[in-house]
Amino acid sequence: MRAVSAGSATASKTVEAALKGKHRDVRGQLFATGLLLMLLLSLALLVVLVVSVLIDAWPTLSSRGVSFLTSNVSSFPEKAGVRQGIVGSIILIMFVALLAVPIGVAAAIYLEEYAPKNWFSAIIEINVTNLAGVPSIVYGLLALGLFVYQFDLGQSIAAAGLTLALLILPIVIVATRESIRSVPNAIREAAYGLGATRWEVTKDHVLPYSTGGILTGMILGLSRAIGETAPIITIGALSFIAFLPQSPIQSEFPFISFAWLKDPFTAMPIQMFNWVSRPDQAFQANAAAAGAILLGMTLIMNGLAIWIRYRFRKKINW
Amino acid sequence: MEATVANDEAARNTHTGAGQAGPATPRVSIAVDDTRKTRTLNVKAAVDSLSFYYGQHRALKNLTIPIAERQVTALIGPSGCGKSTFLRCFNRMHDLQPDTRYEGSITLHPDNLNLIGAGVDPIEVRMRIGMVFQKPNPFPKSVFENVAYGLRLRGVRNRATLAEEVEKALRGAALWDEVKDRLQDSALALSGGQMQRLCIARALATTPEILLFDEPTSALDPIATAKIEELISTLRDQVTVLIVTHNMQQAARVSDYTAFMYLGELIEFDEAAKIFTNPAKKATEDYITGRYG
Repeated sequence: MRAVSAGSATASKTVEAALKGKHRDVRGQLFATGLLLMLLLSLALLVVLVVSVLIDAWPTLSSRGVSFLTSNVSSFPEKAGVRQGIVGSIILIMFVALLAVPIGVAAAIYLEEYAPKNWFSAIIEINVTNLAGVPSIVYGLLALGLFVYQFDLGQSIAAAGLTLALLILPIVIVATRESIRSVPNAIREAAYGLGATRWEVTKDHVLPYSTGGILTGMILGLSRAIGETAPIITIGALSFIAFLPQSPIQSEFPFISFAWLKDPFTAMPIQMFNWVSRPDQAFQANAAAAGAILLGMTLIMNGLAIWIRYRFRKKINW
Repeated sequence: MEATVANDEAARNTHTGAGQAGPATPRVSIAVDDTRKTRTLNVKAAVDSLSFYYGQHRALKNLTIPIAERQVTALIGPSGCGKSTFLRCFNRMHDLQPDTRYEGSITLHPDNLNLIGAGVDPIEVRMRIGMVFQKPNPFPKSVFENVAYGLRLRGVRNRATLAEEVEKALRGAALWDEVKDRLQDSALALSGGQMQRLCIARALATTPEILLFDEPTSALDPIATAKIEELISTLRDQVTVLIVTHNMQQAARVSDYTAFMYLGELIEFDEAAKIFTNPAKKATEDYITGRYG
């Protein structure tokens, strides 16, 4: 190609150099390498963490096997298990989900689909986002004053569940809003154009199409709640609990009991904290094993979230 | 504007030749061709002194246009002239945005309903006036559910009725043969042109009185566009069509009447043949000959 002027001559040289690969984008490559290093570093930290927990946990887990999961707490390290911790955590999480998910999803729908865009809704938005960043110990203090003493719930499942529900409420709201917002406006217009009311647009379209994101946000919130320790220690649940909460299903009339809500409990992170704070080396090993199990629980929950997101993305691809 | 809006008894009595109009459908006489003979159109909707405001901004200025029954009326004009804004007044889409305001009236005949009247429920308006959007926007549901949705909103629960109406609508949108074996497949698996025809079927299923098209082919390839244009031409037998386009050839091909808008004002309204061969206004001529826009 013939250059017409000096300017286009340089331009065509640049193009030629770029095509033949002589000119290297050095800064761009440095930047990309730096990014890759940071990614590898954070991955490596995660691997080190998981591996060290597993190494610490291995002796206990391999020698005790399933009995570690099914044994009650005990003052003898070689007999102590995490039965109360697992049951407590599962009950707690279900209670938290029952509280936080309906409230959080409803709040998000209101903010996205119904609230007029004015200064008042703007203030609410900012506050919700800020609440997601409040340290969990602060929620613990609030719960201690409000739920434990004011409402007289004591160190119960109800008090801890309310606390953790408050803690993950902003997470659920933010995730649900993101998910609702990702439904294209063209879809809403299509439904409105056919004569749908706002309620019909929300229930027939917006919610079904954002279910994947809502579920993902819910599980991520719950997996945060399952590992939270500070707020439930703050409300005073750091006690030695040698029995399970009462069953919600009873053999006598009226068959369903809510007494378990008022029961004291323990949960996996509390159990760990309890063992770590003991001087006996054997309990340290138990704590590591409990840590591995807790890690497994959160990994399973996060995996579930990823799987749900993948399934819904495959179905609905805007 | 050359149309003399005379939707009164006198006009009807002098032009009863067609004789197919409903009893209460008013008529308008417009002068056509060089002979300036008047020709009568049956008015499905009469737009009278319509102005529209986004906040303080006046996007439409005092528009008066008759929309002919069972004919295709095209709105042309450069981007930002208010064509889509005008179209969206007909099904009250603007009501979804805060701080918007209508002035004037759009009277739907034969029952004299002012579509933009303060006491008129936008849901009721949208139940009677369908819309097809610029980008195909099928719901991420099955082909069948897409078409059935409007009927479900209207309370149709009977499965046989739904199946029958869905087939009718898909045939009406020239899509039935292509999708009859995949009614339960996701609508998102269709091609762009098929999706747009599905959207037309979705609107047709609700038997709208007016069907609004907002640049329905701007996201489609030429072959899909030709199919949609052909479809629009056949639709005029059953429904009043109002189409926004900034493709002038398209307007010339599909429309019976054409309105040229510029900066929120109506510059000229006439039969399409007249607008595209012998426009009365200089601005119209400049636009259709490609001098701007």
